Amino acid sequence: MASSIFRSLQVHPFMLYPTTFLRRRNGVFHLTTKATQSQTDTQQRQPQTKVSSSNSTQSKKLDKIPKDYEAIIGIETHVQLSTLTKAFCGCPYSYGSSPNSSICPICMGLPGALPVLNSKIIDFAVKLGLALNCNLAFKSKFDRKQYFYPDLPKGYQISQFDVPIATAGFLDVDIPVEFGGGHKRFGITRVHMEEDAGKLLHAENGNYSQVDLNRAGVPLLEIVSEPDMRNGIEAAEYAAELQRLVRYLGVSNGNMQEGSLRCDVNVSIRPIGQSKFGTKVEIKNLNSFSSVSRAIDFEISRQVQLHSQGQEDQIVQETRLWEEGSQRTITMRKKEGLADYRYFPEPDLPAVILSQEYVDGIKNSLPELPEIKRRRYEQMGLSMQDVLFLANDKNIAEFFDATLAKGADSKLVANWIMSDIAAFMKNEKLTINEIKLTPEELSELIASIKGGTISGKIGKEILFELLAKGGTVKELIQKKDLVQIADPVEIEKMVDKVIVENPKQVEQYRGGKTKLQGFFAGQVMKLSKGKANPGLLNKILLEKLNSKS
Amino acid sequence: MLLSTLQTPRSLSRLTRHPHSFTSRASLTHQTQTLTPSSPSPPPQSEILSIRHALLSRRASAADLVLSQLARLRLAEPRLRSFLHLPDDDALLAHARRLDARIAAGEDPGPLAGVLVGVKDNICTADMPSTAGSRILEGYRAPFDATAVKRVRELGGIVVGKTNMDEFGMGSTTEASAFQVTANPWDESRVPGGSSGGSAAAVSARQCVVSLGSDTGGSVRQPASFCGVVGLKPTYGRVSRFGLMAYASSLDAIGCFGSSVADTGTLLHAIAGHDRFDATSSKQDVPDFQSHFVAVSSLESKPLKGLRVGLIRETIDDGVDAGVISAIRAAALHFEELGCSVNEVSLPSFSLGLPAYYILAVSESSSNLSRYDGIRYGNQVYADELDSLYGGSRAQGFGSEVKMRILMGTYALSAGYYDAYYKRAQQVRTIIRNSFKEALSQNDILISPAAPSAAYKIGEKKNDPLAMYAGDIMTVNVNLAGLPALVLPCGFVEGGPSGLPVGLQMIGAAFNEGELLRVGHIFEQTLENCKFVPPIVVDDIAY
Ligand SMILES: [Zn+2]
Repeated sequence: MASSIFRSLQVHPFMLYPTTFLRRRNGVFHLTTKATQSQTDTQQRQPQTKVSSSNSTQSKKLDKIPKDYEAIIGIETHVQLSTLTKAFCGCPYSYGSSPNSSICPICMGLPGALPVLNSKIIDFAVKLGLALNCNLAFKSKFDRKQYFYPDLPKGYQISQFDVPIATAGFLDVDIPVEFGGGHKRFGITRVHMEEDAGKLLHAENGNYSQVDLNRAGVPLLEIVSEPDMRNGIEAAEYAAELQRLVRYLGVSNGNMQEGSLRCDVNVSIRPIGQSKFGTKVEIKNLNSFSSVSRAIDFEISRQVQLHSQGQEDQIVQETRLWEEGSQRTITMRKKEGLADYRYFPEPDLPAVILSQEYVDGIKNSLPELPEIKRRRYEQMGLSMQDVLFLANDKNIAEFFDATLAKGADSKLVANWIMSDIAAFMKNEKLTINEIKLTPEELSELIASIKGGTISGKIGKEILFELLAKGGTVKELIQKKDLVQIADPVEIEKMVDKVIVENPKQVEQYRGGKTKLQGFFAGQVMKLSKGKANPGLLNKILLEKLNSKS
Repeated sequence: MLLSTLQTPRSLSRLTRHPHSFTSRASLTHQTQTLTPSSPSPPPQSEILSIRHALLSRRASAADLVLSQLARLRLAEPRLRSFLHLPDDDALLAHARRLDARIAAGEDPGPLAGVLVGVKDNICTADMPSTAGSRILEGYRAPFDATAVKRVRELGGIVVGKTNMDEFGMGSTTEASAFQVTANPWDESRVPGGSSGGSAAAVSARQCVVSLGSDTGGSVRQPASFCGVVGLKPTYGRVSRFGLMAYASSLDAIGCFGSSVADTGTLLHAIAGHDRFDATSSKQDVPDFQSHFVAVSSLESKPLKGLRVGLIRETIDDGVDAGVISAIRAAALHFEELGCSVNEVSLPSFSLGLPAYYILAVSESSSNLSRYDGIRYGNQVYADELDSLYGGSRAQGFGSEVKMRILMGTYALSAGYYDAYYKRAQQVRTIIRNSFKEALSQNDILISPAAPSAAYKIGEKKNDPLAMYAGDIMTVNVNLAGLPALVLPCGFVEGGPSGLPVGLQMIGAAFNEGELLRVGHIFEQTLENCKFVPPIVVDDIAY
């Protein structure tokens, strides 16, 4: 494809151009530097962990917000789409590959190169638009957003301006119980398609910067929320739900650390009862949900403090940077009037026309979305905590549903997943897709215990075997000869043997020391190698011990 | 009498006789005026076909042909300065020898085998620099061939060099090249037109057989008219723009120059068709234009019987040279002789085209030229700070015409001005498109001059940009409407050592280049006593 045609390019010397003297007065490119602290996100994230860490911060900060102010929060989220190739050329994109190893004349903006839209982007945009309950624009277009920056090779970004592909939707979120719970609906203003820019790499000594264009031209969806959030937790939960949604839809890996999901938040405050919005401040450099939450709460208290001291003129329209180290926001750049991006329709790309058939096709192919799933789990009688745990991770939800599909009881499955399986995954640092246990076998295991083939204790042993090594429940039971002994005659024989071998204890028991029943039961169980049905065992044992007295 | 066939009396009075006007074959017996040259000359032949016959019949090798063509190119080059970059003879001969080997092996070397093709310098070539006539791209080499160039090469064509042009296509004289001024082969004190002046001059002086140009507002058609060659601007989307350095993306089209309609059509056929690297390129079928050509010997007496030709009234109005008007009126007569019905049509929106065009073109160009920032390629100035790096690189790299257009375009797209300028210009564009559609439903082709005057003197309009812009009145509407137009020489006006050629513009319906070429071919074959070979061409290469 394009890459083979432009192979000659790979040896060009201008790839890693030391664009000397790119010292910039504002710190915009710090955004692209890797965060040293690694917070939240990733599939291994345990909701409990997140909850507890942000909970403590949250409650502390919330106390500081006087009751007579309210915060208005809106979020702009950029989601990097996991298409095989970039938005307008044939280059693949993979995070972390060596600088300028995945570029071509098109994404480098060489003279004469033209963009050609990767149609997958439309599929993804329509998917997300539908999932966010938006109105779709059946005819939309691309526009050029123009500004100069070394990471922007064409001097303009191909984006959508006045006719975004999706508008006026909403996103439903269940706030975790720890934060008071409840169901919230946040408005979605718009979703539009655009391309990402490259990255600047700054020399250690600060003398020069280099441009890495690997990321240039990678497709993004920008999702703009209504200013519907009122505190950090709501904002973080909105962002987390958006991450779940893109993962459920398979349009992005939603990884915040790698910048596949980036949130910029706008925060303003106003006295309760005032309808006019306060001055809006934008916060960037939020690399995790907890930093979204903490940065917002910091910013709210900063603004409230200024306002309550009569210094509201100190709250200016600006972009502030969240500093993870000092846990505060600092000024990045003041906005001197509105930037004029001189948008105009992109003449190199035809209008994007959607047909009803096409949209219906996408609609019918949508998976069950998190909100619907949560409602379904709720109706099964699961607690909200269980519901959130299971539905928050697409893979766990799929595992859960697949186990249910084999006929297992929902509450039992939920318990197994949330306790032993979750603990195992946490200890071994594995995702549910990486464990060897299959939904079929979990269902089989639960059925074997319920049906009395094995005891619950043996069930746990088998579970860990299945988690670590795989195999089937039936095989393991047979191989290890673990079938429960439920034949009264066989159990009676073992009981008799134990009674005969322990005459002294029998005497003591019969002399009134009935606590010794546990001792006898233990001995019989030992003799059965743990396989005796405990109910049957105790019944027979009691009969035997008591009958001869 | 001849004039009685004209339909509107108003036109009659305007028709002036010019010593260099041609006469059509049918009317020759009625003519009394003197003609230069006085003896009948043969109609233009397809040089491409002659080369092909010479090669396939083994009368000449490709290497011989290339050498003799190169000799002529070099002879004229110091006087004309058509080319910005010429590869070594060795590189060209290597191409030619490969073709000879294929011929020797009994293979078809391709329809453009042995044909030297000039390529405008804003069209990317991997083996030569591509600078678009701009200092900011001095020495820049593209890592790829433009799709049009790739197709030319695949069909055996040999890219002989990169032709001079107004910087980034912004100009009508080729004087705005950062590197050199090209002379008009008919009169070296005159401009060849622009912005594809190098490509037009090179074909006119037979420095190459055909050439590629680009046409955003007339940049192929006006120089074709000034240099007395055939120029074709295809329908927008007919030819891939991939590899054409963008000036105004929604108007840009790669076009063709040839010394005959047949050659021009052959070149178009080579480069036309959908390209997956240009989202605006059309999937319309490309017909075999050559098969539409009828040899002059087998033409009927009224070969264009029934063809409805509309002469655009607004193009033969005030501000157009009398000599040009009479040449066009004579061409209209010639169409009638060929059996056409000629009517004047009015396009009331015609005059709106020029301001609308300039707003849209400068707006798009201000954006398209943003990439020339000195960061990744091209000339970069040393600076301590990013904005100075941008400012310095662009200040030194761009010429004044380009800077002016970037400034105007930036202004027109600015918040608060967008609606008044860009948006209104787009509305005008829609009106123009509709008025052409209407006119082309009543007529099969529309005709007009290609330019309001013949070639003017070098330096004459250099300091009067508005006068230069006004010269684009004939052509810009066609770009706004996205239609195809063919310009072919139809007569002369006085000037220079042997007269200056005048081009006739024929405008057709979208994707109907086939009809334009068919009509143009008949027109050209039946036009007598007009030999459009400039005085600089003293020899004839026998193929
Ligand atoms: Zn690329």
